[in-house]
Amino acid sequence: MSQVKKITTPLTDDVIQDLRAGDRVLLSGYIYTARDAAHKRMLEEYEKTGKLPFDIKGQVIYYVGPTPPKPGQVIGSAGPTTAYRMDKYTPKLLELGLKGTIGKGWRGIEVKEALKKYKAVYFAAYGGTAALLSKHIKSSEIIAYEDLGPEAIRKLYFEDFPVIVANDIYGGDVFTQGQKAYKKIEIDP
Amino acid sequence: MREIHVNEIVEKVKNMVMDAEYNLPEDFVKSLETAKAFEESPIGKEIIETILQNAQVASVEKVAYCQDTGYPVFFVEIGQEVHIVGGSIKDAINEGVRQATKEGYLRASLAFDPVFERKNTGDNTPALIYFDVVPGDKIKIKFAAKGGGSENQSKQTMLKPADGLEGVKKFVLKTIANAGPNACPPFTVGVGIGGTFDYSAVLAKKALFRPIGDRHPDPRVAMLEEELLSLANQLGVGPLGFGGTVTAVDVKIEVAPVHIASLPVAVNIQCHANRHNEIEI
Repeated sequence: MSQVKKITTPLTDDVIQDLRAGDRVLLSGYIYTARDAAHKRMLEEYEKTGKLPFDIKGQVIYYVGPTPPKPGQVIGSAGPTTAYRMDKYTPKLLELGLKGTIGKGWRGIEVKEALKKYKAVYFAAYGGTAALLSKHIKSSEIIAYEDLGPEAIRKLYFEDFPVIVANDIYGGDVFTQGQKAYKKIEIDP
Repeated sequence: MREIHVNEIVEKVKNMVMDAEYNLPEDFVKSLETAKAFEESPIGKEIIETILQNAQVASVEKVAYCQDTGYPVFFVEIGQEVHIVGGSIKDAINEGVRQATKEGYLRASLAFDPVFERKNTGDNTPALIYFDVVPGDKIKIKFAAKGGGSENQSKQTMLKPADGLEGVKKFVLKTIANAGPNACPPFTVGVGIGGTFDYSAVLAKKALFRPIGDRHPDPRVAMLEEELLSLANQLGVGPLGFGGTVTAVDVKIEVAPVHIASLPVAVNIQCHANRHNEIEI
């Protein structure tokens, strides 16, 4: 593992080129949330109108559906959800200028190829550590699809939100690389 | 007949749900502390430490351990000498869930239908409730909050009797390896072997309520639990799938009589947000 890199959104190609699978990153700046239902609606709307609910160029999407905030909280518990469920929609969003996604778990081959093609990264956050992660979120505002409740699109402000580069533009994959050293048995298909 | 009023059930269900969402079971927390020493990978150790910190923060601040506060699943054993008064027990359990969702600031995570509108029900009802009637004059309620991430990686298969023990082992280990980082390890793995297609899955889920480290009374099943746990931790998955020697903290197996033509096997993957609770009224 390399040194921790501090990065602020929006992300540029220069920043992306410098990231390798396994790099630890502290992410700051505005981030947008979207999960299954919001992705489906965004892409359906884009098909019809040619527009997305926010300017996606250089932005990062966090796959999260937070719990409601208790009095005094900015946001409730807010850890990452499993990323592969968004794979169907991700290549199109990357083509439109999205530069990063945050989730947990593996991405499919189409997404990995799209990350290389459109110069973007997939970050993994520690799944299930939602009470801790929410402390790095300093503001939260619903900007679209309020009727989706926890799945509404929120604009969050991150301060040093801890992530690890899971898939980079060079084909690196933190999970495959990480597991190799500890795999003592192979289960054939 | 002993009378139990539904209001008591509503209140106790509400409290047990909120308690489960904020506090991981003690036996599981202890197993993570032990696992930290056993974990060989530096990042794996760090992740277990982070998970324990998260448990601490959730418990102290009374906030949800995980944002996915789960599908509420109940196993209810009703003593046949109990008379429930004041309404229906099903409604009472759902009302408890509804109140816990609101008062406990839980996420509404259920949709009314699976493939049409998928509109959120708004209050985590209807809960999934399995009822059983048992001797006695008490009601036992077991609750689990089943997160989508690990439930999605759970699997069922109908093996051939000829596939035998080896077939079972292979299916369980393959399911664990495939679940990998998607399902937030360290896992507790529930396995149901036998019964019918549907019952094997219920057994797998029920198995997850047994305390960590507890072994099945049948020594053959107990040995299989230990063997599968040891093999699971050689798969390399590690905490949150970043690689390591702690993929699971336990494997729990339940078995049932089976048709002479069948060998159903179900694997219910439980993530580290291992939220469950039990009460007796």
